[in-house]
Amino acid sequence: MDALRTLLSEYDVLAAFWMTIKLAVLSAIGSLIIGTVVAVCRVSPVAVLQWFGLTYVTLVRNTPLTLIVFFCAFGMSNTLGLTLAPTIIENNFRWGVVALSIYHASFVAEALRSGINTVPQGQAEAARALGLAFMPTLSTIILPQAFRGAIAPLGNTLIALTKNTTVVATIGVAEAAYVMRSMLEFNISLLYAIFIIMAAGFVILTLPVGIFFTYLSRKLTVQR
Amino acid sequence: MTESHDASPGASVSSSTTSLDASSAESSVAPQQVAEPLVVLTDVDKYFGQLHVLQNINLTIGKGEVVVVIGPSGSGKSTLCRAINRLETIQSGSITIDGKEMPEEGKGLAKLRADVGMVFQSFNLFAHKTILENVTLGPVKVRKKSPAEARRRGLELLTRVGIEAQADKYPAQLSGGQQQRVAIARALAMDPKVILFDEPTSALDPEMVNEVLDVMVDLARQGMTMVVVTHEMGFARKAANRVVFMADGQITEEADPETFFTAPKTARAKDFLSKILTH
Ligand SMILES: Nc1ncnc2c1ncn2[C@@H]1O[C@H](COP(=O)(O)OP(=O)(O)O)[C@@H](O)[C@H]1O
Ligand SMILES: [Mg+2]
Repeated sequence: MDALRTLLSEYDVLAAFWMTIKLAVLSAIGSLIIGTVVAVCRVSPVAVLQWFGLTYVTLVRNTPLTLIVFFCAFGMSNTLGLTLAPTIIENNFRWGVVALSIYHASFVAEALRSGINTVPQGQAEAARALGLAFMPTLSTIILPQAFRGAIAPLGNTLIALTKNTTVVATIGVAEAAYVMRSMLEFNISLLYAIFIIMAAGFVILTLPVGIFFTYLSRKLTVQR
Repeated sequence: MTESHDASPGASVSSSTTSLDASSAESSVAPQQVAEPLVVLTDVDKYFGQLHVLQNINLTIGKGEVVVVIGPSGSGKSTLCRAINRLETIQSGSITIDGKEMPEEGKGLAKLRADVGMVFQSFNLFAHKTILENVTLGPVKVRKKSPAEARRRGLELLTRVGIEAQADKYPAQLSGGQQQRVAIARALAMDPKVILFDEPTSALDPEMVNEVLDVMVDLARQGMTMVVVTHEMGFARKAANRVVFMADGQITEEADPETFFTAPKTARAKDFLSKILTH
């Protein structure tokens, strides 16, 4: 017990989880934005955009996240010199957010597309008949209903995203998994205690997300 | 005004309906009005793949005229309506609204569509918007009215169709008849030049049919130009200037309602009428 207490005073577990939260929230926003754009491309009447949307989803969804994270950190940042921040730590953090956003956007796009499919054809026709053009029809009639219909899969994507933030430990972002590995390195006797603390931390983060989304899906379901 | 009348290609083609003179007396079209043409379809052809759904359709609808379209299922009545506001594209021929040809997809099309109201069989109210929002959305987003002005006019229209008490509810909370009356108010809110009705009462329970038809009869009396796909003969008799009979993608017969229902000319129409009359 004492050993554990010493360990926790040496490592800032809370700061590590705070980093996890920052990664998750920023990447969630990023992936929602990119994912919406990709989903809109997929349902647009323009062939080139459809092709882009399909290619994006197929390519990104089937690429391991680790690969995308490495590509961003080493390919874009180190080799091409595209830095997003002056310090290495901040730079890797930002590229981590970009990688997580790009990766999860493909899942957001698919969730949204399934949500769009739940919206009856007549909704778009009624909007077009009123004189709304393609984009306003999409933004005021289709997407609001699509998001409501896609809340469950979107919630799953955000939970997966929260856990997947651990992958950016590989590029040295000091989030929970990164700190856990450092802790284990010198305290292998506390293996189980450390595991439990970390697992509990993630449950504390993801459980509310799940509950919130279940609540949202009840509250926002569109009655037909 | 007369210029647009003469310039419109349909004005001269389908003269039987609008510029009726004494010499064409055998035509059965209601002769009381010589209205300016509002919707003109000229030689319209439409295919779904191999299927020739609209075959050389010529139809002119005058301002203030109420035209009932009747015919067997699959004869192309819905497609005709949808072609008029370009929810379906046509392969050849032309459709003009108030002298203006429906443009290709884009801003111009959206603008012209705003002038053509549409009421669907399945209501198609926006499920995530309240009744009042359904009625104000078009005026605010398309006509750029102020929200306050749109709201005032929206409530006025909801009162006119008898739904003002439900203004803050959602469509799913209303009965079918109420939803369809809201759909009519939504179309009216755009101040359209013409409203298309595609079987507006077919999805309704029988006891709700009349509340919707009453609203439509009122509209007709107030001079709204209407194209109504319906098998409700009572409505046709009360409100229509003309009945158009469609079969297999063609307009095979046109007459005033009384003539059409009592003395149909073609065997196809006789057969069809006997079927809808027997139940
Ligand atoms: N989107 C479509 N694709 C292919 N065929 C269609 C489509 N819509 C309608 N049709 C066909 O066109 C014909 C006319 O349909 P419709 O205009 O709906 O007839 P009505 O309204 O008179 O019952 C029918 O044979 C129908 O099956
Ligand atoms: Mg039909």
